[in-house]
Amino acid sequence: MIRTRVVGDLSTLPDHAFGLRSILFWGVIGFMLVEGTVFVLAGGVYLYLRGLSPTWPPEPVLPPSLIYSAIFTLALFATELPNRWLNRRARALDLRATRAGLVLMTVLGLALLLLRAFEFPHLNVRWDQNAYGSVVWMLMILHTTHLITDWADTAVFTVWTFTHDVGPDQFSDASDNCAYWTFVVWTWLPIYALVYWAPRLT
Amino acid sequence: MSAVPMPPADAEARAAAKLAETWGDRPGVWGWLTTVDHKRIARRYLVTTFVFFGLAGILALLMRLQLARPEGRLLSPDRYNELFTVHGSTMMFIFAVPVMEAVALYLVPLMVGARNIAFPRLNAYSYYMYLGGALTLWVAFFLNIGPDIGWFGYTPLSGPEYSPGKRADIWAQMITFTEVAALAVSVSIVTTILRMRAPGMTLARMPLFVWAMLVTAFMTIFALPSVMLVTSMLISDRLMGTHFFNYAEGGDVVLFQHLFWFFGHPEVYIIFIPALGFVSAITETFARRPVVGHTFMVLALVAIGFLAFGLWVHHMFATGLPKLGNSFYTSASMAIALPSGVQIFCWIATIWAGRPIFKTPMLWVIGFIVTFVIGGLTGVMVASAPLDLQLHDTYFVVAHFHYVLIGGAVFPLFGAFQYWFPKFTGRVLSETLGRWQFWLIFLGFQLTFFPMHLLGLNGMPRRVYTYPAGLGWEPYNLAATIGAFTIAAGAVIFVVNVVLALRRPADAPANPWDAPGLEWAVASPPPAYNFVDTPAVSSRTPLWEDRTSLPVMGGLATDYREIVVTSPVEAEPGNRQDSPDPTIWPFLAALATTVLFIGSIFSEWALVWGAIPLAIALTGWFWPKRTGPGGAPE
Repeated sequence: MIRTRVVGDLSTLPDHAFGLRSILFWGVIGFMLVEGTVFVLAGGVYLYLRGLSPTWPPEPVLPPSLIYSAIFTLALFATELPNRWLNRRARALDLRATRAGLVLMTVLGLALLLLRAFEFPHLNVRWDQNAYGSVVWMLMILHTTHLITDWADTAVFTVWTFTHDVGPDQFSDASDNCAYWTFVVWTWLPIYALVYWAPRLT
Repeated sequence: MSAVPMPPADAEARAAAKLAETWGDRPGVWGWLTTVDHKRIARRYLVTTFVFFGLAGILALLMRLQLARPEGRLLSPDRYNELFTVHGSTMMFIFAVPVMEAVALYLVPLMVGARNIAFPRLNAYSYYMYLGGALTLWVAFFLNIGPDIGWFGYTPLSGPEYSPGKRADIWAQMITFTEVAALAVSVSIVTTILRMRAPGMTLARMPLFVWAMLVTAFMTIFALPSVMLVTSMLISDRLMGTHFFNYAEGGDVVLFQHLFWFFGHPEVYIIFIPALGFVSAITETFARRPVVGHTFMVLALVAIGFLAFGLWVHHMFATGLPKLGNSFYTSASMAIALPSGVQIFCWIATIWAGRPIFKTPMLWVIGFIVTFVIGGLTGVMVASAPLDLQLHDTYFVVAHFHYVLIGGAVFPLFGAFQYWFPKFTGRVLSETLGRWQFWLIFLGFQLTFFPMHLLGLNGMPRRVYTYPAGLGWEPYNLAATIGAFTIAAGAVIFVVNVVLALRRPADAPANPWDAPGLEWAVASPPPAYNFVDTPAVSSRTPLWEDRTSLPVMGGLATDYREIVVTSPVEAEPGNRQDSPDPTIWPFLAALATTVLFIGSIFSEWALVWGAIPLAIALTGWFWPKRTGPGGAPE
């Protein structure tokens, strides 16, 4: 084996990092890319099927009702305010505020899931009614899955922060969680446009 | 960086002993199940992929026996359908993609000078998911419910109307398993490459194999979601009554093909680009000089990665798409020959300008260049829509893609195996047996697949279980069968070579080929922690710069698992970070995912109740850990 010759010292480097400097965040980005690709392709499927149909939605199906989705969308984007505040507090290693922010985000996530539950009966189509129904439900379920997984993740992590001593790595985890929530919020915008407004543009 | 004296040998030995304790696994089955060592996982992947390669090869031999003579009676039509489906699905999803990842999982952290892969637990999870997918397919096959719809499972054949039972669902769900595994690996590889390279290993100095894996991993991230989506839509049509591919209710069967080939064509390059990396590494070492045109090679890899996403429709010329679209995809398909050609010329120039030593790995490189050029040329032929319409679904296409995939990927893989086997196991494979293996497989391959071009031109369709006498196909088919058994003889010699080597003591030196990459700076096989100290890189060929000593940077912890994180482009050290300890949770999470996936073949409610154990396993997995200073309270 080749001999080594020491030319530098890494021990003075910081032992934790936030955002892009932390490799865990790169994993989060990787999964955002994977899931984002799924969203884009699912949106492509929607537009492809729409292009094949003489009317959209196919008659006699009515477009999805707007009211519940509007409430959900406004509420979803409103959560970005506490989410960004939480991110800043986590990066400042502020334990009290981070815990409070995590509790708030858990509660808000649950409320959003309840609002989402009201949307499904007002899509005005079943998944097994026609291809339009299938693709609308697919888009909705894809996004709802993200709401559920992020909520469960946030809830478990919140419990952990109350039962353990929190170190810098966990503040970094909290910050990464905020970034993922931002992804869940913004990916809703194109899906919302497709599901609720594309049927009204024909 | 100022040079300081070499560390005393005993201090280095003490650090190594401490690191061995910190990075080591527990003994026995528990250690086997909980390991997160990238090398152990990769070896496991390698062994499993080669086992399934052998099994799928046996299916190929059975098919060749059936077709050796007209009016063959060995296999029934239904069994033949199953055989070519399981053969193709295994080779593509269970052998070719995972085996390339396996090599990368072993080598990339070593090549970039890292102590482990970026996400070791995700890596462990990926292996169990992959194994779950492989077993799903093969257990079903042995239970006589194996898929029979071809490796690309087109609708409407695979839909609820024409494929009752669970055969098509098993195929679709096997894909979900293996693609989850491949995506997990790809995210790990991208992060390892971009954030864990040794200080000084700028992107410009990165080995070509690592570049190849970076491009491949990105391609995987963007291509594989498409096949997961389309197979999920298929299962949903079959199980839940959705209508994605049901024309009567506004669906479309060609949509399946678009989504499948949006994945399927990049998939070919996901298999082939790592092989380009193997060829570059082998050529560099055995031509005794750096690869000519390193920058052009990198640009060619990136260009292939982009162009591969613009070709998928050339698989669909026969579906009646608009002519303008066909012309575009013809041009794009021909364009990808250009960066491929750049690579070929760079390798030839490297051999030409070097002092080549024709060891067995180098023979595989030569075999690759010859065979891949033939496959590439027939690719340019079938890229032309009018000719493709004539040759579509004939044996010409079978010949073409075996030339590209075996010649383009499996030949370099065998070369890579011979080349890196000392690093994997601490033993050098026999050159004599290696040469026998090469010549039997190389010549057997040409005898098997060259006549298939002629069969295709003579009109023999693919996927027929037999054919009548008197069509002039007999001699070509018989030659192909003899060739297939010649390949099998070569494969047996390969296994013998490996077994004999493993029975010898592990006495391979760290760098038996005098190769330039960092993976050769550590013992063969490497210790659990890979490097005592982090290498400091100042060249593309670090071990050729100074053959007496390796510059390193000290300071990483020895009493807990710690890695250094560097910047993506310049590889400047940024911070230290903990690396996960061994754990059972990835195994349990994979088990829970398996229950969910298998259950969802039979009931959509499996997605609900199956999510509960999965959520528990994931909670255990991601429960924040508290080992290093980053995990402790401040």
